Amino acid sequence: MLTYIARRILYSIPVLLATSFLSFMFITKSSDPLANLRANPRTNSPTVLKHLAHVYHLDQSLPVRYWYWLQDVFVHKLGQSLLTSQPIWPDISRAIGHTLQIVLLAQLIALVLGVAVGIYSAIRQYSAFDYTFTSLSFLGYAMPTFWLALILQILFTDIYLKWHVRVFYTSGLNSGVTSSTWSLDRLQHIALPVITLTVVSFALYSRFMRATMLDVINSDYVRTARAKGLPERLVIFRHVVRNALIPIVTVSALQFGALLGGAIVTETIFTLDGMGYFFITRLQTNDVYSVMAYVMVVAISVITFNLIADVLYGFLDPRIRYD
Amino acid sequence: MTEPAQLDPQLAPMTAPGGITLDVTAAEGLELKARSQWSYARRRFLRHRLAMFGLVGLVVIFGAGALASVVAPYSFDQIDLTNVLHPPTMVGHHVFGTDEIGRDSLSRIIYGIRTSEQVGLTVAVVSTLFGLMVGAISGYYRGWLDNVIMRVTDLILTLPVLVVLLTVAALLGRSSSVWTIVFILAGFYWTGIARIVRGTFLSLREKEYVEAAKAVGAGDLRIMFRHMLPNTLGPIVVTGTLAVADAIILEAFLSFLGFGIADPTPSLGKLVAEGQQFPQKWWITVIPGLVLVLIVICVNFVGDGLRDALDPQQRRVRA
Repeated sequence: MLTYIARRILYSIPVLLATSFLSFMFITKSSDPLANLRANPRTNSPTVLKHLAHVYHLDQSLPVRYWYWLQDVFVHKLGQSLLTSQPIWPDISRAIGHTLQIVLLAQLIALVLGVAVGIYSAIRQYSAFDYTFTSLSFLGYAMPTFWLALILQILFTDIYLKWHVRVFYTSGLNSGVTSSTWSLDRLQHIALPVITLTVVSFALYSRFMRATMLDVINSDYVRTARAKGLPERLVIFRHVVRNALIPIVTVSALQFGALLGGAIVTETIFTLDGMGYFFITRLQTNDVYSVMAYVMVVAISVITFNLIADVLYGFLDPRIRYD
Repeated sequence: MTEPAQLDPQLAPMTAPGGITLDVTAAEGLELKARSQWSYARRRFLRHRLAMFGLVGLVVIFGAGALASVVAPYSFDQIDLTNVLHPPTMVGHHVFGTDEIGRDSLSRIIYGIRTSEQVGLTVAVVSTLFGLMVGAISGYYRGWLDNVIMRVTDLILTLPVLVVLLTVAALLGRSSSVWTIVFILAGFYWTGIARIVRGTFLSLREKEYVEAAKAVGAGDLRIMFRHMLPNTLGPIVVTGTLAVADAIILEAFLSFLGFGIADPTPSLGKLVAEGQQFPQKWWITVIPGLVLVLIVICVNFVGDGLRDALDPQQRRVRA
C-alpha cells in the first residue's frame, strides 16, 4: 500500500508540471500583464515599461519565464501578482479557509441526507417516498446552480424588503468588518450558499446511493442472509448498507476535491470571498500569476483527493489489491 | 442503419433432423415480420413514456427556437421604453414581461433557445463524430496515438471542467460568437467520448468475430466501422444525446459568468444573469432558468429512453 501511494505521488509530479506548463502557456499568452500600465502613457514612459518587463522577465522566452515563475512558486509561496505587486499567498489562503467552511458544511449535510434518503428509497422501491425523492433529485440534477442560487437570493431579498426580517443575508461573509468563523452572523451569511451547494450534491448522492443499494440488495449473498433467517434490519444495515457505502465514499472524496476549487458560480453570486470568487475576479482583471496560483492549488487538490479516493476504496474493499 | 435482419431464434424455421424444414408459421398462415435489432430498439423507445414526453417537449422547445423569427412576437432587440420592467401579463402583449429597456422577455427567451439549441446540437454532433473517430483509431491501433490522446485527456481531467473552459474562454477573448463557444465546448467534450469509444474498442478488438473478419481478409477500416462500430453505438448515442444538455448548461454557465456569447445575441444563461441586477423583478431570472431546466430534463428523459432501448440485455420495456 505504501509503495502504491509513493508511486502515485511520484507519478503526479510530472502531471502537475505538465498541467502547470500548459496552463502557463495558455494564460500568459492570453493577456498582457502590463496592459493597465500601458494605458496610462503619461506616468509610465516606455523606459519604465521596458524596465518593468525586464524585472518581471516578461521579455524572456516562454520556457525561461516559466522557469522563473516555478522558482517563485516554491521560494515565495506561489509568488506575487504582476498586477498589484502583492504576494498571492495571503489572499489565496484566506479564500481557501472560507471555501473550506462552506464546502465542508454543505458536503456533510448533503452526505448525511443523501445517504439516508438513498437507503430508504431503495428499501421502499417504487413507494410514494421513492418516487418523490427520485423526481426531486432528477430536478435538482437538471437545475443549473446559478439559477437556484439566484432564486434563493431573490426570495430572501424579498422577505427582507417585505417584512424587514433578516433571515439570511444574501451576499458577503460578515456584516461587520470582522467576525469569528462560527458566529451566528457568519452562519446567516453562509446559509444560502451552503443550501445551494447542498441541494446540488444531495441530488447526486441520493441518486447514487439508491442505485448502489439496489445493486447490492439484489446480490446473492443478501438472498443468502435472508434465507438463513437474519432479521431484515440486520440484513439491511450489516450486509447491504455497509457495502453500498463503499462507492459513495469515493464519489464524495472526488466531489470534495473538485469543490475545493470553490463553487465558482455560487461564490460569485453571493460575493463570497472564496476560491471560486478569487478565480473569477482575477480572471476578469487578467491577473495572470494569481490565476496560475489558483490553477495549481486546484490541480493539487484534485490529484490529492483522487489519490485519497483510490486509497480509501482499497481500504474499504479488501478485494481490491494494489501491487 | 441497415443491419441484417435478425430472427428471433424461437421463430426461425426449424430444421428437423431428417433435413425436412418444418415451417410452422407458413403452415398456420401467420404473418411474421423479421425484425432487426434496430426495429426492436425503435419499438422499445417509442413505448418508453418518459422518453416520448421528453421528445415531444424537445420538439416543441427546439421547434420554437428554430423558427424564432416566425414565432417570437417581437424581435430580440426591440426596445419599448413605455413598458420597462413590466411584469408578465396576459392582457397585454408581454406574456413573460419585459426587461430594463422594455424588450419583450418571451421573444428574448425564444431567441435564447435558438442560441442554446445551436450550441447544444452542434457541440453534440461535432464532438461525437470526432471523438468516435479518434477513439476508434486509438483503441484499434493502440500505439503512440493512443498514448498521446490518453495523456492529454488525463491532463484535462486534473482540473474541474469550468476552470478549463473559463480559462480558454478568457484566452479567446471576452466577446465570443456562438461558433467560438461551440469550438471551445466541442474541443473539450470530444475527449470524454473518445475515452468511451476507446474503452469499448479495446475490449472488442479481442472478440472472436473481429478475428474471424480478419481471417476472411477484411480491411482495418471495414472491421472498425462495419463490424465493431455497431456494437459500440448504444452507449455512444446515449452519451451524444446527454452531450446536448451538457453543452447547453455549460454554455449557460459561461454566458452567465460573462465569458460566453457577446451581446446582443441573447442566450439563456445571459438572460438569467440579467435578472441579477433586479432581485425584485423575479420573472427576468426565473423564466429563462425554467426553460433551461425543462430542456435538460427532456434531454435526460430521451437519453434514459435511448439507454433502455439500445441495451439488448435489458428488455424492461416490451418490444
